[in-house]
Amino acid sequence: MTLARIGTALAVAMSVAAPALAQSDIRTPECVAPANPGGGFDLTCRVAQKGLEPHLTAPMQVTFMPGGIGAVAYNMFNTTRTDDASAIVAFSTGSLLNIVTGKYGAFTEQDVRWVATAGADFGAVVVRADSEYQDLAGLMADLGSDPASVVVGAGGSVGSQDWMKGALLIRETGGAPMDMRYVAFDGGGDAIAALLGGSIEVYLGDVGEMVSHLESGQMRILGVMSPERLDEPFAEIPTAIEQGFDLEWTILRGFYMGGETSDADYAKWVDAFEAAYATPEWAEVQKAQGLLPLNLAGAELEAAIADSVARLSGVASEAGLIN
Amino acid sequence: MDAVLSGLATGFAVALDPFNLMLVLLGCFFGTLIGALPGIGPINGVAILLPIAYGLGFPPESALILLAGIYYGAEYGGRISSILLNVPGDAGAVMTTLDGNPMARNGEAGRALSLSAVASFAGGTFAVVLMSLFAPLLATFAVTFSPADYVALMVFAFASLASLVGKNPTKTLLGAVIGLMLATIGIDANTGVARYTFGIPDILAGIDFLIVVVGLFGMAELLTLVEQQVSGKLRTLPVDSSFVRMTDLARTKWTILRCSVIGFFIGILPGTGASVASAVAYGTEKRISDTEGTFGKGDMRGLAAPEAANNAAAGGAMVPMLTLGIPGSGTTAILLGALLMFNIQPGPMMFAQRPEIAWGLIASMYLGNVALLVINLPLVGLFARMLTIPQHYLTPLIAILAFIGIYTIVGNPFDLLLITGLGLFGWFLRKLDFSLAPVILGFVLGGLFENNLRRALSISGGDWGILVADWKSLTLYGLAVLVVVLPIWLARRNRPRPEGAPVGAGN
Repeated sequence: MTLARIGTALAVAMSVAAPALAQSDIRTPECVAPANPGGGFDLTCRVAQKGLEPHLTAPMQVTFMPGGIGAVAYNMFNTTRTDDASAIVAFSTGSLLNIVTGKYGAFTEQDVRWVATAGADFGAVVVRADSEYQDLAGLMADLGSDPASVVVGAGGSVGSQDWMKGALLIRETGGAPMDMRYVAFDGGGDAIAALLGGSIEVYLGDVGEMVSHLESGQMRILGVMSPERLDEPFAEIPTAIEQGFDLEWTILRGFYMGGETSDADYAKWVDAFEAAYATPEWAEVQKAQGLLPLNLAGAELEAAIADSVARLSGVASEAGLIN
Repeated sequence: MDAVLSGLATGFAVALDPFNLMLVLLGCFFGTLIGALPGIGPINGVAILLPIAYGLGFPPESALILLAGIYYGAEYGGRISSILLNVPGDAGAVMTTLDGNPMARNGEAGRALSLSAVASFAGGTFAVVLMSLFAPLLATFAVTFSPADYVALMVFAFASLASLVGKNPTKTLLGAVIGLMLATIGIDANTGVARYTFGIPDILAGIDFLIVVVGLFGMAELLTLVEQQVSGKLRTLPVDSSFVRMTDLARTKWTILRCSVIGFFIGILPGTGASVASAVAYGTEKRISDTEGTFGKGDMRGLAAPEAANNAAAGGAMVPMLTLGIPGSGTTAILLGALLMFNIQPGPMMFAQRPEIAWGLIASMYLGNVALLVINLPLVGLFARMLTIPQHYLTPLIAILAFIGIYTIVGNPFDLLLITGLGLFGWFLRKLDFSLAPVILGFVLGGLFENNLRRALSISGGDWGILVADWKSLTLYGLAVLVVVLPIWLARRNRPRPEGAPVGAGN
């Protein structure tokens, strides 16, 4: 029994080391997670690591570059590693928001090359199972009559992408985002604890992280901030748009490269991602990491980023984050 | 009770499988080594090995058992370099230096190492027993801890640390203020404004606790060693073969029990972990039992206190993770990620749906604690011999390990400059006769205090009444008063008859 298991383990280890059927020839491919291990960027890189495995000649390594909510990595790839052909860096909509609000310094979204997405996540408005709010309409009515009457919390600081979900809610009711009674926690876990403990009434999270909490029945998602109804396990949960509110918050997760990478090197990565997108294994990897399918690479992604940045700067200036 | 017993039976059946047993032992052994290296603590150990454990294709329960072994081992290992070198192996082991290193300098390295192994074992086992009996209940309690209650907890922590005010209260308070100031660096969560970052992107998210510990403590200690060596003041330590005695255990048994309780309860709260637990435990213990003023000079109770507490906290942090799916610390957040990678949803349902994983993990913690004690005690002599390595080899070696450790996990050259700068600053403070512990405590407690105070006030809409609105807060304020007043009262009562003894001496 034991020997058999060690044998299986060795076999698996060897199959990992064996050269895979290659398509894109990238020397020492690397995915940089601009954060500490274990966070969202780590998971984003794991999607690339596992999902691209059959489509690269060499195994991909995940490295970490924490510091300044991703600003360190963004600066690094805009100053020293601008033409690094072997590395991609994970980003999310939060990173785009930081670019828009100037937290990443003078560099803009046009200074790097956007390679591909790992998938998407969507905002979720969450309350405790015994909350008085049964649907979004009830909550929105209270927020509309007095924004300070509801204590809202999330895992990010004021001005972060978590806060923006709240700002959108308040804006939809016609109020000013700065009137929101927002409590900033250090990560989603602490905020969920505060929701369960009754310190906050509404938690602004992402659907991906709610998968593990859906079954236990301790929390209720009032509305998903996606453009359309999601698949299982969220099929029963109405979107905010269905409930008559123009609330959409898509969190893109993907990768960029230095701005001076050659077209040929950039194309190798885009090809590898597009090859992976076509396989059922990619969808499996995406799902395992709590991401929903949203596959954009190359020019398609560049266009989506331009749209996204334009929309974000509109919302950010309305919310008072930029002048 | 029946459910617990049958659960444990399931769990031990999984954990005692020879393959899993081997993984527990391997995890504990490598964890100890990882923890002993300055700069790499449990978080990084688990994070680095997670992809490996996953890649080897083990069944989920085996992979988790391996990772939990590494987590536990690293918490044990952190104390080794604290005691021998005065360089904390990880953030939770800072307080261990205060009495552990003086013991080693007094020629009792073996005794310090073996006593701390026993204290760690007791703290860890205490936590696992409480966890297996009351996990769901404890988790429900832990989440009701509101930001206002955290504020009260921090007040209690500061009160218990008042005992650290030694000969020079001004310098202690100044040290704490420096720590508080370091904690304010970075983006302020409540306004989104960057504070004291001077346009440097590397510190936008603040300075990592580990960087402060390795810099202020580790590097400063190395600079002091080099200085002593250059000026010829360094004295070589003889090999010592001392070992913990039964009388030592008898003397520290209440310390260990008290600190296990403190550590466990601080550990189960999401947001506070081993570093807060060991600081509060040390401070409280010094307040309660330091009647002769021997703490800080190599008192074995001062060594047992933080070690029992940080291991109990490590166990406690697993409670909200397993029962609610909420990580109680950075390391458990990574373990949570590991569960999700295996498509296991942690939370109340896990015990019903995947009992072999939930209970297997708990059973492996029982075994892990025993394994760590068994691995650590015979190795005490070997570890203690490290002190006989000539200083001119040892100092550069530790410096290299610390730099590599920090660079491996952070990968940013800026942080190497930061630990060097903080090291110089720490060395300078030591020359001025500052104690560095208050700086570190100001740093860790200050950040928690500020954030939770502002969270509490956001929740109440600016009404300060929220701070005293709950029985949990009030209890903690009561304990804070008690921990300040009790030692003074005890000292008065026990004051020796002859007049002229110092008045009101709490320390």
